[in-house]
Amino acid sequence: MYRYDEFDHKLVQERIQQFRHQVKRRLSGELTEDQFKPLRLMNGLYLQLHAYMLRVNVPYGAITSRQMRKFAHVARAYDRGFGHFTTRQNIQYNWVKLEETPDLLAELAEVEVTGIQSSGNCVRNITSDHYAGRIKDELADPRIYCELLRQYTVLHPEFSFLPRKFKIAVTGSPKDRAAVALHDIGLRMHLNDTGKLGFEVLVGGGQGRTPIIAKTIREWLPPEHLMAYVEAILRVYNLSGRRDNIHKARIKIIVNQMGIDQYRELVDQEFDRIKGDAKGIPEAEIQRIKAYFAPPEYEELPDFTDKLNTLRLTDKTFDLWMSSNVAEHKIGGYAIVNLTLKAPDRVPGDITATAMDAVADLADEYSLGEMRVNHRQNLVFVDVKQVDLHSLWKKLGPLELATPNLGQLTDMITCPGLDYCNLANARSIPVAQDINKHFVDVDRLIAIGDFTVNISGCMNACGHHHVGNVGILGVDKHGTEFFQLTLGGSSDEGASLGDRLGRALPQEEVPAAIEAIVDTYIDTREDDERFLDTYRRIGMVPFKEAVYGSVDTKVVA
Amino acid sequence: MGLIKEGKLVNDPFKNVSACDTVPAKGPVIVSIDQWIVRRDDLLKRSSLIGIWLKSDEHPEAIAGDLVHLSLIALEFPSFRDGRAYSYARLLRDKYDFSGEIRAVGDVLLDQLHFMVRSGFDAFEVESEDPLGAYNIAAADYSVWYQQTGDGRLSAAELRDKGVRR
Amino acid sequence: MMSQMIIANRLIDGLVIYMGPKGEWVDSIDKGAVFEDKQDAQRWLIMAQQAVEDSVVVDPYLIDIDTGGGENLPVGARETIRAFGPSVRTDLLEDAEGNGG
Repeated sequence: MYRYDEFDHKLVQERIQQFRHQVKRRLSGELTEDQFKPLRLMNGLYLQLHAYMLRVNVPYGAITSRQMRKFAHVARAYDRGFGHFTTRQNIQYNWVKLEETPDLLAELAEVEVTGIQSSGNCVRNITSDHYAGRIKDELADPRIYCELLRQYTVLHPEFSFLPRKFKIAVTGSPKDRAAVALHDIGLRMHLNDTGKLGFEVLVGGGQGRTPIIAKTIREWLPPEHLMAYVEAILRVYNLSGRRDNIHKARIKIIVNQMGIDQYRELVDQEFDRIKGDAKGIPEAEIQRIKAYFAPPEYEELPDFTDKLNTLRLTDKTFDLWMSSNVAEHKIGGYAIVNLTLKAPDRVPGDITATAMDAVADLADEYSLGEMRVNHRQNLVFVDVKQVDLHSLWKKLGPLELATPNLGQLTDMITCPGLDYCNLANARSIPVAQDINKHFVDVDRLIAIGDFTVNISGCMNACGHHHVGNVGILGVDKHGTEFFQLTLGGSSDEGASLGDRLGRALPQEEVPAAIEAIVDTYIDTREDDERFLDTYRRIGMVPFKEAVYGSVDTKVVA
Repeated sequence: MGLIKEGKLVNDPFKNVSACDTVPAKGPVIVSIDQWIVRRDDLLKRSSLIGIWLKSDEHPEAIAGDLVHLSLIALEFPSFRDGRAYSYARLLRDKYDFSGEIRAVGDVLLDQLHFMVRSGFDAFEVESEDPLGAYNIAAADYSVWYQQTGDGRLSAAELRDKGVRR
Repeated sequence: MMSQMIIANRLIDGLVIYMGPKGEWVDSIDKGAVFEDKQDAQRWLIMAQQAVEDSVVVDPYLIDIDTGGGENLPVGARETIRAFGPSVRTDLLEDAEGNGG
């Protein structure tokens, strides 16, 4: 885990000092709201439906127990006792006070956490694979490059006033758990023909009003050129991105408009000009950062699988949890444990201060004091000894952190929606809770298998509905909440955007629609097909008929 | 309004005629890119300094070949949120080797001063009752930065490399 | 019966507030001033702009209110949620010290 040195600390302190002064100037009226708004957004401070909302970065999803305890403390001292984990590996507080925010940020800075650039027209949190450094299918640990990119992009003098926000994600594995194809820049580490590790660079992906899968701008880029290439992409975007219409200002729009070939030509020209410069990150700096991500000192442990299997036979609920939430660690004798923040009666992604403290204690006891948060709003303990799994599971249960639903239908991504967010057209959380009430049977959920449901309360798609196997988008029809469903989305290495199912449904009809979709899948699937595979094989028609009673979905059956 | 150049409050020797019809016969002037194109020869015949005012959608590559004749480029921020001028300044310094004055004009928000300085600006039109005071406060905001920008100031990584302790 | 109120966020803490009968700002919808007359409401909205310039409030606007049931009930989901808290957590209208609500 990266640790700040005095330079990192100083930079953050200076940023907080500047912000403290900006808040003072705002409260005195020296700065108008128009002037202040972009400045506070660059610290992650929004004005929302109920109060100010602060978005705090969790760089590449990595959290220490010390940081988690601070998150709990902030929730208690500055907010209303809970926080919300988002689809960009961030945590949000919904009730902060402007006048207290500088102090809040100073407290977070003590544990090396900031809200810097979690909003604004600049480069946002660099997100990554929540299994980074721990999973067999990985070629290299992406976190090193995430940290290098983080430092490169924080308070970048040239790129702090881009046409619009800019999001970068990195995966070190061919199995994409970071949704890189849905980002402004996606980086996929892979080996070239001569076996050398480098990056496939993707550009122009994104969701929102105009969802687009990113295109490859460079098949293979050596790591030493990463910063120069990213700089070239950003410079071309800064100069050519549209500034006349905020809904058309992302890089995906300009890449689509120009075509990837022309955009590539401009980037390559600029890259060729700058790459030869002596400027670049000193090799010593790369090594210094690499050292922070060195694997921990693992114990030599025997494989515990047989004993676990025995336990599983005697305890069905433990067995379920092992099947769904526990992943294989690359080191023998260890395991990766997923804690879904998706208990049936809870708000998806929310976690109370009490639970945060408990999670911090458990991380210390069971997972070397660290954890991760992923873009599906769930937490992960990445270094749990197999021999500890059962005792950990017993402690997670009372905290409602042992729901055995990872990647299943009830592990829904849900944005805050109209209950919290100024931008929303509809409430998303009650939809998730409603669906949960209809899918209570654990055996049925297992039978359904891999099934992602993603819910957004508006077209901005913070709930990633475009890439859910089932996507649900809240819309406002004459003052009533309706929901538009899509099918067939996916955010992994075979990323696809969902297809519209039919006319929007009133909220009370959504769970039945999901049931009809699930029933159709169960009836038509072949062998071990996941829902996504069945959909891709049989297409939309059977599902349309199941939900609407006919292919013409405008007719109310 | 005051002009801050290299950290000092100075009088502006340039007359900004970029929005006017006529160009005076003598004296340093700032003209628009259109005026430069139309009156280039006349302007070069004068023995006074020439500056060009670029709007945020006017890329300096249009005048890259003529930079040797120019003492000043004024880069306009129509709104401080329009960040194109930062890239224009970088390109002027790094790509086109411009060593004259790069002046920030328009909606110049001093909270952005460090970004501007590190991108290559060395002069600022500051709207304030106390331009130099406001400038000095802003100039003291940051002493550490992560990125190199070709201005010679050492980044955190370079300082670490040199073993400099804070 | 359809009337109007003025809603805003208080600058210093972001909380939802309403213009009161004397042009002051109150934090409970039941204490807010109800405008029967649209022109009256517009006049008060102009006064609310002064509070914006004085850096007291942000983003004041008029909302439709139904006073039929004896309470001030916003018309529409957004303002109902602003008045009474997230529909999924109405206990949250009070802050940590039990103020508001």
